[in-house]
Amino acid sequence: MITAERKPFDEIYAMTEGHDKVLVAGCDTCVAICLTGGEKEAEILASEISIKAKEEGRELTVEHTAAIRQCEWEYLDMIADEVDQAPLVLSMGCGIGIQSMAEKFAPKQVMPAVNTNMLGMPQEHAVWLERCAACGECVIGETAGICPVVRCSKSLMNGPCGGSHAGLCEVVGPEGEETECAWALIWERLKAQGREELMFANRPPKNWSKSSSGGPRKMVREEAKPT
Amino acid sequence: MSEALTLKAGSNLEKVLSAGDFAVTGECGPPKSADGSVIEKKAKMLAGYVDAVNVTDNQTAVVRVSSMASAYLAQQSGVEAVMQMTCRDRNRLAMQADILGASALGVKNILCLTGDHIGFGNHPQAKGVHDMDSISLIRMYKDMRDEKRFQSGEEMDVAPQLYIGCAENPFGDPFEFRALRLKKKVVAGADFVQTQCIFNVPKFKRWMEEVRALGLHQEIKILAGITPIKSAGMANYMKKFVPGMDVPQEIIDRIAGKEKGEAQQAEGKKLAVEMIKELAEVEGVSGIHIMAVEWEAAVPEIVEAAGLMPRPAIA
Repeated sequence: MITAERKPFDEIYAMTEGHDKVLVAGCDTCVAICLTGGEKEAEILASEISIKAKEEGRELTVEHTAAIRQCEWEYLDMIADEVDQAPLVLSMGCGIGIQSMAEKFAPKQVMPAVNTNMLGMPQEHAVWLERCAACGECVIGETAGICPVVRCSKSLMNGPCGGSHAGLCEVVGPEGEETECAWALIWERLKAQGREELMFANRPPKNWSKSSSGGPRKMVREEAKPT
Repeated sequence: MSEALTLKAGSNLEKVLSAGDFAVTGECGPPKSADGSVIEKKAKMLAGYVDAVNVTDNQTAVVRVSSMASAYLAQQSGVEAVMQMTCRDRNRLAMQADILGASALGVKNILCLTGDHIGFGNHPQAKGVHDMDSISLIRMYKDMRDEKRFQSGEEMDVAPQLYIGCAENPFGDPFEFRALRLKKKVVAGADFVQTQCIFNVPKFKRWMEEVRALGLHQEIKILAGITPIKSAGMANYMKKFVPGMDVPQEIIDRIAGKEKGEAQQAEGKKLAVEMIKELAEVEGVSGIHIMAVEWEAAVPEIVEAAGLMPRPAIA
């Protein structure tokens, strides 16, 4: 799924400056599952903004809503009336949802209330890990189902660098958290599959033109177009 | 010299190794300012005591004088350079452009590296490039040299003449993959390898056993990496904070057993000399790479004491 984290409250609240009415719009798909931007979280944020405005003696009407999916026009039609009545929308959808709202309701101002961070999965309750870079050319069939593009800190394609130690990457997170070395995982799982020879062959440089380096991507399925 | 016909770049380092002499390389870290005299000073300190000197490429992801400019300045100061090139700061266009430029400036030895992660350095918010990895970088330079082709397949008129090096860390994990990783570099086209600093000699010897079992010592020149320890504090720091380092406690204890200052420095140099002599006896080791971090002045004394002087004078 796509994961996102709510922006710091002060940053969000500052976006409301100069407005007397705002709509907080959640999205009930990915960002709801990662407990960041679903209808419940939209309601909580709306309350927080309301309380802060009251404390400041500010006249500010704060409504909230949620689309089933902000990234599809049909679902945005369902919340169009609420959006129409608000001069400012704070979207809690992912980057795709926010942009869909901004395009659908242009020139209305749609602001991001979250930072979209990755394509990941909940490894355990309330812990999400990145799993895919959407690079456009999947190699995990040869790397035991573990993505080296996004799970190796250097996106190496030919095995671990010299910084792999006891199964851990040389790179630690901002809070000092340790990261597994993707290539150590790949090596162990390939061995368990009896396919470790896949790591002996030299893999050529990756074709990044299929990734974001090739410019904004577009997918067309001719066979699926209405006739 | 009969090897003349088969030399790839004709660098001094290549000639020394091809002649079967035990090679000595050093290292020079460029400064964090536009002061080229720092490189000239370090290069002059090492000239005559090493066959070539590595110039690092934004080492530990900290901005410094570029390795290309430093390589040029070192060579102007009388010592041949091994220009380091990391995949962290350049995409394939820049890595090819820089090697063409370096070659045009007379640089013949190149060391292909992945590079320390950008998060370790002084610009942790920068975008790490990693368009390619060190193994595909080796292959790209080999194809430029031998096939006169860019990575795209396009042809060029004048190929860069390169002696292509790589690094390997015998102390990285998974250990059982480390010799196999060197093999990948040999297959990609590496001519020589300089290892990570060796402090754990028994483990290095185990790695060399695997390297020999794969026959790699006959296909690539192996230079064992040595870092003279200046103080017990430095040894502790390397053990705890430098990725990929394996510093046994007894080494730290040996240095710490001496008085801080000159006595620890003397013990560090003595240890380096002992290790060089021991590593030189390991079958398949063709030379030594001395990485005296911000202690280049110690190198002449170590090389002398290890019995490696005079360096071969090869035309």
